[in-house]
Amino acid sequence: MTEDAINQNPNENPESQNKPEVSPPASPVGEKTPPIEAKEKVSRRSFLTSATLAWGAFAVATAGILTGAGRFFFPNVLFEPPQTFKAGYPDEYTIGEVSERWKEKFGVWIVREKGMIYALSTVCTHLGCTPNWLGNEKKFKCPCHGSGFRSTGINFEGPAPRPLERYRIVLADDGQIFVDKTKKYQHEKGQWSDSESFIAV
Amino acid sequence: MDAFKSIINSLSEPQIMFSFLVLVFFFIFPPSDKLYRIHKKLRLDLLWTNVGGVFIFTGLFVFFGLGVTDENFRLIVTKPDNVPIVGLLFLTIFFLWLSMKQGRDNDIRLAEGQKPNEYHDPEDKVLVWPDLVYIELIAIVLCSILLMVWSIYLKAPLEGPANLADSPNPSKAPWYFLGLQEMLVYFDPWLAGVVLPSFIVLGLMAIPYIDSNRKGQGYYTFNERKTEISLFLFGWLLLWVFLIFVGTFLRGPNWNFFGPFEEWSLSKVVPLTNINLSELVYVRWLKTGLPDNIFLREFFGISFVVGYYLILPPLLARTILKKFYSKMGIFAFSMFVILLLTSVTLPIKMYLRWTLNLKYIVAIPEFFFNI
Repeated sequence: MTEDAINQNPNENPESQNKPEVSPPASPVGEKTPPIEAKEKVSRRSFLTSATLAWGAFAVATAGILTGAGRFFFPNVLFEPPQTFKAGYPDEYTIGEVSERWKEKFGVWIVREKGMIYALSTVCTHLGCTPNWLGNEKKFKCPCHGSGFRSTGINFEGPAPRPLERYRIVLADDGQIFVDKTKKYQHEKGQWSDSESFIAV
Repeated sequence: MDAFKSIINSLSEPQIMFSFLVLVFFFIFPPSDKLYRIHKKLRLDLLWTNVGGVFIFTGLFVFFGLGVTDENFRLIVTKPDNVPIVGLLFLTIFFLWLSMKQGRDNDIRLAEGQKPNEYHDPEDKVLVWPDLVYIELIAIVLCSILLMVWSIYLKAPLEGPANLADSPNPSKAPWYFLGLQEMLVYFDPWLAGVVLPSFIVLGLMAIPYIDSNRKGQGYYTFNERKTEISLFLFGWLLLWVFLIFVGTFLRGPNWNFFGPFEEWSLSKVVPLTNINLSELVYVRWLKTGLPDNIFLREFFGISFVVGYYLILPPLLARTILKKFYSKMGIFAFSMFVILLLTSVTLPIKMYLRWTLNLKYIVAIPEFFFNI
């Protein structure tokens, strides 16, 4: 293609290339630019002052914008359910069953085993989808990449690298179960034996 | 018909289908002279002729034509989200056939001592006006009609308001991410979601610096660039298009595998219990239980990974990739071999999962570090 282009107009190309070299320095381009002497000289001191002012103003403006943007991270109102809630009395949960009562509202499964009750997070530890509880197969199964967890939260299928997290769970003064999602207990860190990671019943 | 469907269903088990495709791939796109001779002897190059094209597309259309008579197949294939993937399958195969055909034609011309077809291109010039502009006008009209018909007949896959507690089952990424989603089944998110995609992008950018073969510039050829084409197509067809295909058509509820004629049953139970390499070594083989020290526990996995990246490159440079090493020099060769080895980790992990039920080679959930 390039060879073609050159061959098609062999007369024009060399001319246009040579022109700037052949023509004298007083070319139209040179005339338009004003001579340097005509410009007002900027002293070093005034340059530094104006540069400091300009950069200072720029820094202040940037800081203002960043502060304003940062303010968005702390909204006045948060439309999310409270991080703690009362989940009724231990008797309301059957032994050996996974309760999905609080899944939709608080993102918590309450599991009652023989001797203990614990609160499991409904966030898959692989990439954060919400698994489904399959009652017949007695497992949590994630619809995104096929991770599987036992009712205890232990991962045994698919790519999930660690068990589901458990939330702080205690008995309130009135005898109800109190779940606190601000504190979580991770099995791989050996926190599931912590006294507040389950209720002994 | 039912027998045929059940045969197709069992053949489309990823273990079988992927192994079959990998095997066939290197005969259809032979990377070495030896395989190329077998490829010629088996007359597989006839696929890249007009007769071969008719054969390929008749096969595809017959399969899809018969397939849509099945209810489950029809449900998956005609789902509005999936229609583009059906188009993608046909288009990928068509353009593959077209370029391979042009390559084969040129290979024959070159073998006869002639110049490649493209050499004569400057002679058959097309004028912008009216030739090109008319073609563009027709293309615009046809594309607009296609888009209108598409938007009228295929409904947008809209769902109810978002609800954290209710994930669709199966939850699928947009089609162009389904290859990544399939990779995520075998890898930790930071690997399959961050490291490997960056490697894909960087690897594609590095191709012009790695590929030192000057042949095939400005014309199609297969024979003169068979290793390059074969390696690229392995990544493109088997590690990307195939994964999108699997993710779209064969992954059903609970992310289980389903054959193309199988009903997407929510209650399909597949035993998938998997374990880490450390558990396999210490619990299953040595029967000692996991050591408490993380590095002792993951010693075998870490040495496997380190060995893979430190021992294999010099080994390959002295054996099967000797030719490349002497041609490319140490820097380009290391880049090439690391990209190659990294892309091969995906099939390696797929097979380890399918055979040994291996979850992670190195598993340190304490530090979110799993390989």
